Amino acid sequence: MKYVLLFGETKERAKQWESMPEAQRQAAYAPINQWFEKYGNKITGGHELQPERTATTVKFNNGKPVVTDGPFIEGKESIGGYAEVTVADLDEAIEMAKGWPTGGLVEVRPVVDRGEPQR
Amino acid sequence: MTAALVRALGDFDLAEELVQEALLEAVEHWPKEGIPDKPGAWLLTTARRKAVDQFRRQARFREKLALLEGASMRDDTAEGDDRLRLIFTCCHPALSREAQVALTLRAVAGLTTIEIAHAFITSEATIAQRIVRAKRKIVEARIPYRVPAERDMGERVEEVLAVLYLMFNEGYLATAGGRASRRDLAEDAIWLAGLMVRLMPEEPEALGLLALMRLHLARADSRFDADGNLVLLQDQDRNRWDRERIGSALVVLQRAAALRRSGPYQLQAAIAACHAEARSWEETDWRQIMALYDVLLELMPSPVIHLNRAIAHRHLDGAAAALPEVDALQEVLDDYYLFHATRAELLRDLGRVDESRAALARALELTANPAERTLLQGRLG
Repeated sequence: MKYVLLFGETKERAKQWESMPEAQRQAAYAPINQWFEKYGNKITGGHELQPERTATTVKFNNGKPVVTDGPFIEGKESIGGYAEVTVADLDEAIEMAKGWPTGGLVEVRPVVDRGEPQR
Repeated sequence: MTAALVRALGDFDLAEELVQEALLEAVEHWPKEGIPDKPGAWLLTTARRKAVDQFRRQARFREKLALLEGASMRDDTAEGDDRLRLIFTCCHPALSREAQVALTLRAVAGLTTIEIAHAFITSEATIAQRIVRAKRKIVEARIPYRVPAERDMGERVEEVLAVLYLMFNEGYLATAGGRASRRDLAEDAIWLAGLMVRLMPEEPEALGLLALMRLHLARADSRFDADGNLVLLQDQDRNRWDRERIGSALVVLQRAAALRRSGPYQLQAAIAACHAEARSWEETDWRQIMALYDVLLELMPSPVIHLNRAIAHRHLDGAAAALPEVDALQEVLDDYYLFHATRAELLRDLGRVDESRAALARALELTANPAERTLLQGRLG
């Protein structure tokens, strides 16, 4: 069963993260790298995303595409990255999310799987 | 049961899937048709039937079909394990609290959707939708049908007990609707807590919760007078308390204490036991009660528990000693009617009549429960 873990941060924390001195940021990455190592055999994809300020949204007004600056999710949180994981069930995915070291938020979403024939 | 299917099918994933499907069918059928005599066997039969259905649709499994129909499967897992799996699945933290409550009442306690809707004074459609959504999430997000892993056991048990206590309070306190108390739901919650105790006899907090519920319900009859008005603890006729139930609660509480792992439910039960054991209001052991609140506050620092501690303090040392403790909670409890009702009592004791009346008026604004309103209005005169 595949899930995507969406890693979120409050916008405030995302800003703090960005304004960190390089050495400090490297140090802050250590536990995150450890997490990816620990679950290496279960992680089947994923990326860290550039900050929200780099986001561009295309929306459709009466079917006509309109390009705008910014993310389409509005709120106090922003998505900083994601990982695709392959595990047995939700409990295992939650266990991984609980170990996420940044102290932010992790949304666990099952992936729609149309690849396998229905058993 | 999964084990029995795995042996017959040689496919663990499929077996698990079938068990989950059987569980969902149970959620659907048991409330309508009653829980079968042997739920474990029922689930196994259903899962096997589903396997046969699925294999029939798939020619490549033909040889397995023959295998399955020929195989004699024994249900060698204890029925208790199935129940426990069902409870933990219904109370999975990935489901909303409302959904947990509705699913547990329906699948474990065997209530119908209509009965659940009545208990929560809501429509049958609302409850039905809640259950359908929860079932969909169980399947789509693959919430596992099993007893949690050891490392998660503590918090998962907590989750189950929280669901049961909410259910109980909904029946016992019932802040909405015209009836002041809905005993049936409280009885259902007690039955479920008893089930948890049977299934997990070494779990002290389950025992603590069962004791707490029994102690509350033991004096349920004396909480209201003939006209349906709320009667305060100090005015209750203690002869009407159910001594047998109190006795059984104390036995359960002792069993919990013997396991030597204290917790919030055990402490709350111990406090309730202090009241239940006092032969009169005057004989209440406030010193003991205050000491128990202090330990409880260490485990669960909540303003409402602080307020209760302050009430014990008042009875031990007087209103002047307790008032500063209550006033300190103003900011966090300003919307809580009992905060203002308590403050009103203390101010009245101290002769500050106008302030006392103002606090009572504020308390009245904050509660919709008819029994509580009548009581407060009586004090306002």
